Amino acid sequence: MATYQEFIQQNEDRDGVRCSWNLWPSSRLEATRLVVPVSCLYTPLKERPDLPPVQYEPVLCSRANCKAVLNPLCQVDFRAKIWACNFCFQRNSFPPSYAGISEVNQPAELMPQFSTIEYIVQRGPPTPLIFLYVVDTCLEEEDLQALKESLQMSLSLLPPNALVGLITFGRMIQIHELSCEGIAKSYVFRGTKELTPKQIQEMLGLMKPATSGQQGKPLAPHDAAAASCIFLQPVQAVDMNLTDLLGELQRDPWPVPQGKRPLRSTGIALSIAIGLLEGTFPNTGARVMLFTGGPPTQGPGMVVGDELKTPIRSWHDIQKDNARHLKKATKYYEALANRAAVNGHSVDIYACALDQTGLLEMKCLSNLTGGHIVMGDSFNTSLFKQTFQRVFSKDYNGEFRMAFGGTLEVKTSRELKISGVIGPCVSLNTKGPCVSDNEMGVGGTCQWKICSLTPATTLAMYFEVVNQHNAPVPQGGRGAVQFVTQYQHSNTQRRIRVTTIARNWADAQSQIQHIESSFDQEASAVLMARLGVFRAESEEGPDVLRWLDRQLIRLFMFHLRRSPFLQVFNNSPDESSYYRHHFVRQDLTQSLIMIQPILYSYSFYGPPEPVLLDSSSILPDRILLMDTFFQLVIYHGETIAQWRKAGYQEMAEYENFKQLLQAPLDDAQEILQTRFPMPRYIDTEHGGSQARFLLSKVNPSQTHNNLYAWGQESGAPILTDDVSLQVFMDHLKKLAVSSAA
Amino acid sequence: MRGPPTSGAPPVSGAQSYSQFGQGETQNGPPPMGAPPQRPPVSQTYTPGAVNLSGPQPPFSQQFGAPPVSMQQMTNQMASMQVGSTAPSPAGPGYGKYLCFCELICLLYIFSLPGAFGQVRGPQPGYTGPYPGQPNYGAPPAAPAPAPPATKRLDPDSVPSPIQVIEDDKANKGSEPFTTGVRGQAPPLVTTKFQVKDQGNASPRYIRCTAYNMPCNSDMAKQSQVPLAAVIKPLAPLPPDETPPYLVDHGESGPIRCNRCKAYMCPYMQFIEGGRRFQCGFCSCVTEVPPHYFQHLDHTGKRVDCYDRPELSMGSYEFMATVDYCKNNKIPQPPAFIFLIDVSYNAVKNGMVGIVCQELKTLLDYLPRENPDVESNIRVGFVTYNKVLHFYNVKASLAQPQMMVVSDVADMFVPLLDGFLVNVSESRVVIESLLDQIPEMFADTRETETVFGPVIQAGLEALKAADCAGKLFVFHSSLPIAEAPGKLKNREDKKLVGTDKEKSLFQPQVSFYNTLAKECVVQGCCVDLFLFPNQYVDVATLGVVPTSTGGSIYKYTYFQASSDQERFLNDLRRDVQKPMGFDAVMRVRTSTGIRATDFFGSFYMSNTTDVELAGLDCDKTVTVEFRHDDKLSEETGALMQCAVLYTSCSGQRRLRIHNMAVNCCSQLADLYRNCETDTVINFFAKYAYRSVLSSPIKNVRDSLVNQCAQILACYRKNCASPSSAGQLILPECMKLLPVYLNCVLKSDVLQPGADISLDDRAYLRQLVSTMDVSESHVFFYPRLLPLQKLDVESISVPVAVRDSEERLSRGGVYLLENGLNIFLWVGVNAQQELLQNIFGTPAFGQIDPNMTSLPALDNPFSKRLREIIESVRAQRSRYMKLMVVKQEDKLELIFKHFLVEDKSNNGGASYVDFLCHMHKEIRQLLS
Repeated sequence: MATYQEFIQQNEDRDGVRCSWNLWPSSRLEATRLVVPVSCLYTPLKERPDLPPVQYEPVLCSRANCKAVLNPLCQVDFRAKIWACNFCFQRNSFPPSYAGISEVNQPAELMPQFSTIEYIVQRGPPTPLIFLYVVDTCLEEEDLQALKESLQMSLSLLPPNALVGLITFGRMIQIHELSCEGIAKSYVFRGTKELTPKQIQEMLGLMKPATSGQQGKPLAPHDAAAASCIFLQPVQAVDMNLTDLLGELQRDPWPVPQGKRPLRSTGIALSIAIGLLEGTFPNTGARVMLFTGGPPTQGPGMVVGDELKTPIRSWHDIQKDNARHLKKATKYYEALANRAAVNGHSVDIYACALDQTGLLEMKCLSNLTGGHIVMGDSFNTSLFKQTFQRVFSKDYNGEFRMAFGGTLEVKTSRELKISGVIGPCVSLNTKGPCVSDNEMGVGGTCQWKICSLTPATTLAMYFEVVNQHNAPVPQGGRGAVQFVTQYQHSNTQRRIRVTTIARNWADAQSQIQHIESSFDQEASAVLMARLGVFRAESEEGPDVLRWLDRQLIRLFMFHLRRSPFLQVFNNSPDESSYYRHHFVRQDLTQSLIMIQPILYSYSFYGPPEPVLLDSSSILPDRILLMDTFFQLVIYHGETIAQWRKAGYQEMAEYENFKQLLQAPLDDAQEILQTRFPMPRYIDTEHGGSQARFLLSKVNPSQTHNNLYAWGQESGAPILTDDVSLQVFMDHLKKLAVSSAA
Repeated sequence: MRGPPTSGAPPVSGAQSYSQFGQGETQNGPPPMGAPPQRPPVSQTYTPGAVNLSGPQPPFSQQFGAPPVSMQQMTNQMASMQVGSTAPSPAGPGYGKYLCFCELICLLYIFSLPGAFGQVRGPQPGYTGPYPGQPNYGAPPAAPAPAPPATKRLDPDSVPSPIQVIEDDKANKGSEPFTTGVRGQAPPLVTTKFQVKDQGNASPRYIRCTAYNMPCNSDMAKQSQVPLAAVIKPLAPLPPDETPPYLVDHGESGPIRCNRCKAYMCPYMQFIEGGRRFQCGFCSCVTEVPPHYFQHLDHTGKRVDCYDRPELSMGSYEFMATVDYCKNNKIPQPPAFIFLIDVSYNAVKNGMVGIVCQELKTLLDYLPRENPDVESNIRVGFVTYNKVLHFYNVKASLAQPQMMVVSDVADMFVPLLDGFLVNVSESRVVIESLLDQIPEMFADTRETETVFGPVIQAGLEALKAADCAGKLFVFHSSLPIAEAPGKLKNREDKKLVGTDKEKSLFQPQVSFYNTLAKECVVQGCCVDLFLFPNQYVDVATLGVVPTSTGGSIYKYTYFQASSDQERFLNDLRRDVQKPMGFDAVMRVRTSTGIRATDFFGSFYMSNTTDVELAGLDCDKTVTVEFRHDDKLSEETGALMQCAVLYTSCSGQRRLRIHNMAVNCCSQLADLYRNCETDTVINFFAKYAYRSVLSSPIKNVRDSLVNQCAQILACYRKNCASPSSAGQLILPECMKLLPVYLNCVLKSDVLQPGADISLDDRAYLRQLVSTMDVSESHVFFYPRLLPLQKLDVESISVPVAVRDSEERLSRGGVYLLENGLNIFLWVGVNAQQELLQNIFGTPAFGQIDPNMTSLPALDNPFSKRLREIIESVRAQRSRYMKLMVVKQEDKLELIFKHFLVEDKSNNGGASYVDFLCHMHKEIRQLLS
């Protein structure tokens, strides 16, 4: 039999699933003792070039509260044309179209290699994708210009039949009519007045005119779609028009007095965007894309006042309960996010500013709807430009790497229940037999809505073993989980992807070694980290750390403790939100990089090699490449830097030095090419101010405190009071053996 | 104004009363002025079936639905009035012989009638309405003499004739310039053409007073009941041969003023102590002369530079205002004009939108400016609306205008800052493109609902944002029923007419507009409203903001591009181009003893003295009433100074000063000798028209009659030489008071016919409140010009005839104008040649009654006639649409409404009847 590592790899490749345990403890009690819960990371739309979708409807179990999809784990009686559901043991007969099946003529969904299978189904008329740009005009001229260019460029990347809309905002909000010839028309709203969805729809003319006696009623969706045409138009029809419109876009003309921030009505702009979509295209794939260059400063959803002398809230303010607008704004955006999620619309936030932009308050918009958050310093950076371009990247089939309106349903076999999910989704509040009372993450349901998905979107699923200790699972019994994801493909097809996995049950008392060896350390690290982040979002920081420390004594946790996901020190609230946002949706590999950055070393002494993320790795004759997911740092050691300054790489005889310098650049480029969002790229050297990015990540084994005590000359001392791994470990050991834990 | 479409066909009773009149007339002696001997009853032409009365039949039609009055009754009625043997010959100028007494004695013997007649039927059908308490017209107890055979009637020619008075005044005063230097001198009548030389008092074009010799004390004033008022038109245009007010700059410290009462330097300031101080003519306070203003006095005590300085020698002049006179102590921005155009279904369909947009393209070149060679500083902005508002960005740098829709009408705001108000020449291309596109964009609109309050709010907010004063031109079509602030209900309820609740119809139905008007005034936002209604739009409410901000209302009921375009465009052109001041405050200061107590016009007052006018154009008049608070001296007379602080169209802050001095008298006779009836009527009309807001109309009418009777009774008692009680004696200056008062009483506001809409009445009510004396004169007593004997060589206009049907010749053609309409009345027997000359057709039957302009024919008569029409139009502030009225055509009833000496079909008394009634009132007061 293959090693567990191979097994894990194989499973991940086929199903996009990584489990914390690959043998499951067979009783609730034992599962609890294992600390790390039975859980998995699941990437619903994992790219599978080798998986052709089938063009028919899945066969469902006929039991009303089961409805599981026929899968390779089901027992099939080919003669009687009957199959037994492996979740509820209901016996079902095959539909007439399956009349011809036999052992040698099996449909794809019964074959073991199709434990993940995708169906293309017909569900109503296809609806085009919708992209609604919500653009902040309170930007510096240069930024606005760059943004305009990016937006104009993006028009060429959209599918030609996609509907596109434009809302601009500053002190006022303008929603632009795109269909008109001649005069450019827009509807204007003031940024201070909260409007109900009904009012917005009325004001945009999405209501039927009031007939005698009765108030205006919302139009039937079809009529509304026609009426809304003035705001949402097919790209191919308004390409030129919109390009001109974007070209003529001016900075917000209202004067900004000295000592004030520009008035930015982000809150109302978003509520109008969401109101427009919910009034016209409910339950249709749509992206609201917010481009903002600063915090909302007026109206509902305002994050900071317009007085420059009052700075935007910091963690300090929040801890001291000094952030006046925080609660109100968060509540406001949460309400908006929930409305968008209900209608299946997702919200992206592209925030580019040197200061904070209110991501902390607005993050739920993207977190609950599966939208992207991209944070940068300026729209005029390649970070933004390329990341934005990458939103519209296409897969090997030439189709967009985005899917909409997904619902994920989880079915479990009887010994198992689903506790919850952590990822960019909202609960659909569907109760069912497989829903656990014990919530972890977003729980209490067996269905979740994921308004927008990419192939990388990864959810963490937590299960509860409900089998009682005194009711042992028969030997060789297997626990099974089925994930059914229905979604709108970017080519507007409705599709259903079904993944069915199974793991063996094991008795923890007799087979503890087996269970131990089935432990997937990487997956567990990420799964636990997600739990930590989920708690950190909702609870006070130190408590979470203490919880984590109690839960786990593992090596990687040292870095997790230091990571921006749990530590808010040195990070603004916006940055924390940003980091956490990405952490709860990226796949395992990326998540691991986020927890423990990767450090590569390039030197004349051998091929590039990964080295310890430790200050001792910082040597003068090395080039280091650190990938923290969000940053990509190339660090030239002291000697290398001097050589480079002296220009040796220009000389023919030092061609090898030139190659050495080039190697990390090429590697970095490769990472830059594939990652979303594009990381911040930093090229620095010993003593450079930007070197802090590296120094803050490495394990401070040498600091100014112990430099001489350590007594070695290798490595670079870090000026920090943080404890090093060594100290951490010593402390842990002490704790681990003390009974008072 | 009453236009042909609103009125529909006349009520049945009208036709009947006409017929009665005609019959009566034939019985009563020779017709005057060579009119045809007999008028066939025309009532037959109006079959009741043709009468298009949508509403209920007016009550009086029932009353008179009875068979025609018998000849005998009629005769008796008329005979009850008899001109005494001393009456002058009917040939007009006859009563000139009484001029030595400056009074007219008109003797009316009133005989008692057989009671039954008087009870059952008053002398005047419908007269029982207005004076219900006195059904018996004849006052039996006073009848001194036994009844002679009742064969004669009161000859209309024997009662004072307005035409005669006008012509006499022209002859006596029209030839020489009127110099204002003499205190207490009454100016020529408004109908007389004359030149004014400013020698220290304001020209009568700026100020006209009811009395140029005021009583010294309040007892006299109370006794006489003559109103003491001045009708002030601060920015009145002057004829080309008169100099406009000089502009005086007193330097950085601002105009020199009295320390106490703050009166501005004027000819009434007395310099003393060798010129080092001056004593205020108003409050007698002594003020230091600032060093830079010092000048030596000559031997008469006058400053040596007296004639070099307008403020020391002229009645009217302007001061440059300093920054202290500016809002927030900031030099004002140049004003802005904002055009707000209704683009709802009705407005598009009747062609208004297209016409306005087309016209604005050229009109914008003629924005007001002080120097005709320089471009106007005024910026312009454009808004269209139905139930949402569309603002336009017309910034010069744009290739195309941009439209911004604001649908949040509940909470109005201006969606853009830059590019809304622009300079015409810079943004011309974009503006023209916009004006071309507006009619296209809304050509297929199906939106019928409109808002109104938010429209004004939008303009106001735009001016606030731009921090300037300005004027809104609102082109509006319908009752604003869309959900928005200032939303209105249709409350037109004819049943309330004639009841005590009638006044509520003149009051605004919501208070929203009053509040809005206040805000507008604070910002200096003047609102002009052009209405194009097809039905009730509630002018009383929509007009609140215009009338409180110094704006105007124009109303084009059933607007049709083909027939009303010319009138509308001329009004619009004039309205846009006319000189005006912005963000104005007017203050009237008077010498100790009298005080300005009441003001009438289009303005807002937040305290009792300052008249705030968001805009003040050259046509606007403010009438001020004065009352005694102390005694005046005959020596010094009474002084008044009207100061208007305003921003000129170029953005300059200025003060216009008008000074007026009148005499004071201790003898009532002096008062009556120096009155101006036209001004008194102007005051009375404004007073009465305002009173209808608070009192039942009947009370308003009664008190008017009563005051008038008191004025005349006081004269009779104190000034006239003793004579028989049966004689009606009128002061020379006021001999037209009864006829004019009657015209006021029977005007549509105070005595509505069944065919006049509430909107029309509200419109007229507001219109009269800003009229000057010449406008009110012609409005109440229209000018009727006979054309058949027109001298095509002469440049003068023919002598008018009195407004009575008796004066119309069946063979004649007449022109009637009242400042709002022009009628061309064509008699059925008009000569073919005359018709050929005017209409190009010899046949009466072929004249098209729908024509709105006369064909341009190449004959001297046609040319001269059209010239006359043009010159008449040029005299009025509003363009008058021409209507051709053929005798015996149904339109004639409208025309007859303006023959104000006749009894009207809504119950208005004829001149003669009213005079009799007046006489009776006077006699009652005297006994």
